[in-house]
Amino acid sequence: MGAKRKKSEGEELLNEGEKENDKNNENISKKMKKEILPSMIKNKEKRSAVHAKLKHQKKVEKRKKLKARDAAEKRALELGEEPPARMTPRTIENTREPDETVCRPDDDELFAGNDADEFSSILKQGCAPKILITTCRFNSSRGPAFISELLSVIPNSHYYKRGTYDLKKIIEYAKKKDFTSIIVVHTNRREPDALLIIGLPDGPTAHFKLSKLVLRKDIKNHGNPTGHIPELVLNNFATRLGHRVGRLIQSLFPQSPEFRGRRVVTFHNQRDFIFFRHHRYIFETKESKGSDANGKKAKDAKSEKTSQQKVITRLQECGPRFTLKLVSLQHGTFDTKGGEFEWVHKPEMDTSRRRFFL
Amino acid sequence: MQHDEVIWQVIRHNHCSFMAKIETGKFCRNPYNVTGICNRSSCPLANSRYATIRDHDGVFYLYMKTIERAHQPNQLWERVKLPRNYEKALEIIDKNLMYWPKFLVHKTKQRLTKMTQMRIRMRKLALKTREKIMTTPRKEKKREARREEKAEKAAVLDKSIEKELLERLKKGVYGDIYNYPADKYNEILDKEQLAADDIEEDEEEAEIEFVEGYDDLEEEEDIEDFGGLAVNKSSLDDDDVGLDDNDDEETVAVDHKRVRRESSLALRKLGNDEGGTKPKKKARVLVEILMEDRRQSTESVRGVFASFRDCEQVHRQSQEFLLSLIDRVATC
Repeated sequence: MGAKRKKSEGEELLNEGEKENDKNNENISKKMKKEILPSMIKNKEKRSAVHAKLKHQKKVEKRKKLKARDAAEKRALELGEEPPARMTPRTIENTREPDETVCRPDDDELFAGNDADEFSSILKQGCAPKILITTCRFNSSRGPAFISELLSVIPNSHYYKRGTYDLKKIIEYAKKKDFTSIIVVHTNRREPDALLIIGLPDGPTAHFKLSKLVLRKDIKNHGNPTGHIPELVLNNFATRLGHRVGRLIQSLFPQSPEFRGRRVVTFHNQRDFIFFRHHRYIFETKESKGSDANGKKAKDAKSEKTSQQKVITRLQECGPRFTLKLVSLQHGTFDTKGGEFEWVHKPEMDTSRRRFFL
Repeated sequence: MQHDEVIWQVIRHNHCSFMAKIETGKFCRNPYNVTGICNRSSCPLANSRYATIRDHDGVFYLYMKTIERAHQPNQLWERVKLPRNYEKALEIIDKNLMYWPKFLVHKTKQRLTKMTQMRIRMRKLALKTREKIMTTPRKEKKREARREEKAEKAAVLDKSIEKELLERLKKGVYGDIYNYPADKYNEILDKEQLAADDIEEDEEEAEIEFVEGYDDLEEEEDIEDFGGLAVNKSSLDDDDVGLDDNDDEETVAVDHKRVRRESSLALRKLGNDEGGTKPKKKARVLVEILMEDRRQSTESVRGVFASFRDCEQVHRQSQEFLLSLIDRVATC
């Protein structure tokens, strides 16, 4: 009896505790029962059938959601209210690891640094940059073609054959002849492989890995560049390091672009890859609604917003196309043994997919 | 007992692990071999009296083997350090191998010569810079290629370039080269209309002057049609921003009138060129306008670009680039 009572008491206590647990367990078990993964079924036919069904279900759900969203937006627009906020997709750029070296617009230190760095003399005073292009000791196949295209892209650039001179000797020679930077195109296995940009007189040395080179003749409908000084577009150089690299690239080009030439050279940084493009552009007006807004009619109707006149740009690609990736940035001119490296790429930096340095 | 013949027969005809046979001949890989060729007289195993030269860390040693120590393989090879000086080394070889067969002495001396030459060349090369080949593991190369593809797709390059150019157009970086957006265009038109009316009422002499100038401009324009002077005028386009807005209302009004009749981009360009060709006459005025304009535009960004006040013309470009950079930062 006592034992029974104890049991019953114990049971009651347990029961109370267990009830909740039971509920949880039931829920969990129910869930478990519902969600048998297709991979747990051993029979192939049955497994594929279940998998297909699951997929179809998911698709249907997604479509339903989308329709509901669209309907909600439409309704809101009709009513005159604001449509519900659009969800932004999650991208790698959105979820980038926060970096404390990102440049902020109110950073005085950055501008002070800019004034004091090696490029300020070229970028401010506007002394024209003079570029020396050369190669590694063995040059073959696509190398010379690439170099001739580089010569057309970068104004005021000269090509000299490498010979067997030491790079340090070449730097001295260039300093004497008043060059502002040296570009060395390195070839490996008959393909241009790396780019070394050395600023002078004591500018930094940036070593880039070159890939995906497409020459002008291989681009369909390519345009031919003129001799005008091009515009520069540098996108997404966010961190301090990126800013520095951006300024290095900027110092290769003269600072007074000729807008009439309608030439634009773009260095676009995305996830630490710098994409180089060279286009000729033209602005065109595209009328989506209503009449022409030019001329006399515009004079009469001041606030004419019904005729939506969009201005669009059209681009024609000319010149080579390639991507660069920074391998190392060294303070001072080329000196691998004694130089101070500001940034070196190490394989352990690649471990996170959301961490970028430029 | 040392039976060289027997050893040679066994080695040569059966198997010697040091022999390397290639199409040009048979070579001996034994480190103690003087000539490097697999021969009866050059085999260090099949000759009980043998001498050779070996180098260790750039120092040459003369190694000698005699039949008296043949039963003590541990102490078989006797070595003598040779001096750096080539002639002295030769003398020492002569001294040590005095009554040895001529063949061995000759070959040893040859080997010494060869090795000194090699040593000199290696030292010279070490001074020069040599390219070092760094290899990356294949896994990393593939990973980089994959990431590059995805980055390129994420970059949407054409769109981003077009967007950037349109932004620059809206900001007015290009000045007067292209059409203004319609609203601003209208505003300015109206402003100039009013201003032109005012001036016409006040000064008639000014009108007369202006008319003459207009005729000249027309001729100049024709010349420009034939000549490719557009390129040179680009630097003066910056002046045009000031021109259009303030003092030269008369010429500008005329330009706008002409444009209204034949609204085309090209004429507009040339119209601006005409304005640009007259800087000398009104140089002082132009500069003042520029200064005023710049101050107005810089005041808005004064807080940020305090350091760039000095030389406006040159700094304008860097301003633009920095603005675009900062825009990028803001959006990132």
